[in-house]
Amino acid sequence: MEKLIKDDVHPKIVQALLKDTDITIEDALENEMILNMGPQHPATHGVLRVLLRLDGETVIGCVPELGYLHRGYEKMAENMSYYEYIPHTDRLDYISPMANNVAWVLAVEKLAGIEVPPRAQYIRMMVAELARITSHLVAVGAFAMDVGALTVFLWTLREREKVLDIWDILCGARFTNSYTRIGGVANDAPPEALAKVKWFIDQFDDNLTECEKLLNTNRIFIERLEGIGVMSGELALDLGVTGPSLRASGIEFDLRRATPYLKYNEIDFNIPTYTEGDSLARYFVRVDEMRESAKIVRQILEKMPQGEVLANSPKKVLPHKTEIYTRMEELIHDFMIVNFGINPPVGEIYHAIEGSKGELGFYLVSKGEGHPWKCKIRSPSFNNLQALPHLVKGHMISDVVAIIGSIDPIMGEADK
Amino acid sequence: MEFKELIQQKLQSNFPEASLEFSEYKDEFSVKLDKKFIVPVCTLLKEDADLQFLLCEDITAVDWATRKNRFTVVYHIFSLKNKFRLKLKADVDEKDCNIDSVSSVWRAANWQERECYDMYGIIFNNHPDLRRMYMPEDFEYHPLRKDFPLLGIPGSLPLPKK
Repeated sequence: MEKLIKDDVHPKIVQALLKDTDITIEDALENEMILNMGPQHPATHGVLRVLLRLDGETVIGCVPELGYLHRGYEKMAENMSYYEYIPHTDRLDYISPMANNVAWVLAVEKLAGIEVPPRAQYIRMMVAELARITSHLVAVGAFAMDVGALTVFLWTLREREKVLDIWDILCGARFTNSYTRIGGVANDAPPEALAKVKWFIDQFDDNLTECEKLLNTNRIFIERLEGIGVMSGELALDLGVTGPSLRASGIEFDLRRATPYLKYNEIDFNIPTYTEGDSLARYFVRVDEMRESAKIVRQILEKMPQGEVLANSPKKVLPHKTEIYTRMEELIHDFMIVNFGINPPVGEIYHAIEGSKGELGFYLVSKGEGHPWKCKIRSPSFNNLQALPHLVKGHMISDVVAIIGSIDPIMGEADK
Repeated sequence: MEFKELIQQKLQSNFPEASLEFSEYKDEFSVKLDKKFIVPVCTLLKEDADLQFLLCEDITAVDWATRKNRFTVVYHIFSLKNKFRLKLKADVDEKDCNIDSVSSVWRAANWQERECYDMYGIIFNNHPDLRRMYMPEDFEYHPLRKDFPLLGIPGSLPLPKK
């Protein structure tokens, strides 16, 4: 962090900073200061830049600056086929790539009208829930680290490592998975992967309780978060906040329940909701959601049927590699799909799933070509970050770190 | 009465001259309207006790490149009470490239409209803070327009001064 003079900051940003007139200061020149936090600050979870207007150590204005990780994924999507884009969704929310893969293929399948076999839907649901667990583990660990409890980070990442091993068996990659395919998933989940999932879920609850004990009985942790960054449910909704941050403000909104996709209407689960709306409540919601996700995964393992994992729709779904090498028809379809794409009918759709950070949606417009005419990513982190200026106002600089941690933004997703 | 019909009826009785067009594609209900009416229509949709579209999920635009009305601004709004998603669409012409801002209705629209302005160059009238969202402030182009090349324009992003 360094002190800035007015010339270093773009005049429009200064103007935006000075426009906040909620708090009046008697001697503005002596008391005020503009502090630049980020984009290379460890507590901003990536390349988020926050400009703070300070009176002493109290924040009286805040302007987040985005775009340091803008890679133009929406522009790229317009120039590549629907299949080619799957690996790019990994790089959006890079903490839970599986959930992004699922969101993308669900949107494309809705656009192209592909029916997916039930086993593939169950596998997708399983990976999406495990992705939520990994994402919340990182969120809780990094959040605790931001406020000074370093050990928890190591413990939660130890748990996450086990899920990454499951990814390794499922799709051969640990971080950037690209596991789903249009019409199904890349490989059927082998029995050893499912056994490992079961083992993970069985031991997870105890290990999570262990991590929780470190935090819930930690007075420093509680006192640094209680009553910090309070957001009413009404304000949160008005600001477009979704996901755990919204549910911590007392609004029970979860797309898995509101607009059920995959097979979520066959699963029994609760939506953890807290009414306090402060940073502590956002932490509690995440921990409870991990338990609920574990519950969902357990039910999925019981209910998962046998059968195909790829839809039988040769013009739109890539055949498996082994079939391409041995059968003529499949070779032709593979050639056509790779070279000309799947050409969904003319139309536009929006499909959103409950990602780990909130509502992750894709808006696709097709002109009947192999690549989308338009692709818009509705990313939860982007919309959640909009609440930051409202949350930090009146708090100390050190609370800004805690509040950013409690919102849990991932800049890969916010900047696209 | 079905919820779609309720929306249709309420909008038609309140805004008869907004040239409303209702359509449905793959279970997604959408309303096309004259851009002059966007703010009153959104206010009604949000504040009506039966509708309550409290969550503005997304605002974006589509560049149709060669069409007469080049852009379509698309709003996705959600009613938590009725668990219903509605798509609003308003055409914007390139020569008169502006539309009223709905950030007075939903505060979430603030950044979403900034992003749309950054990417497509559509001006949102009465927006409280219409700066670019992602690109640098002195960038001259709007990257998601179809006439912006995929590889970018050489020299459009100047290196920082030494």
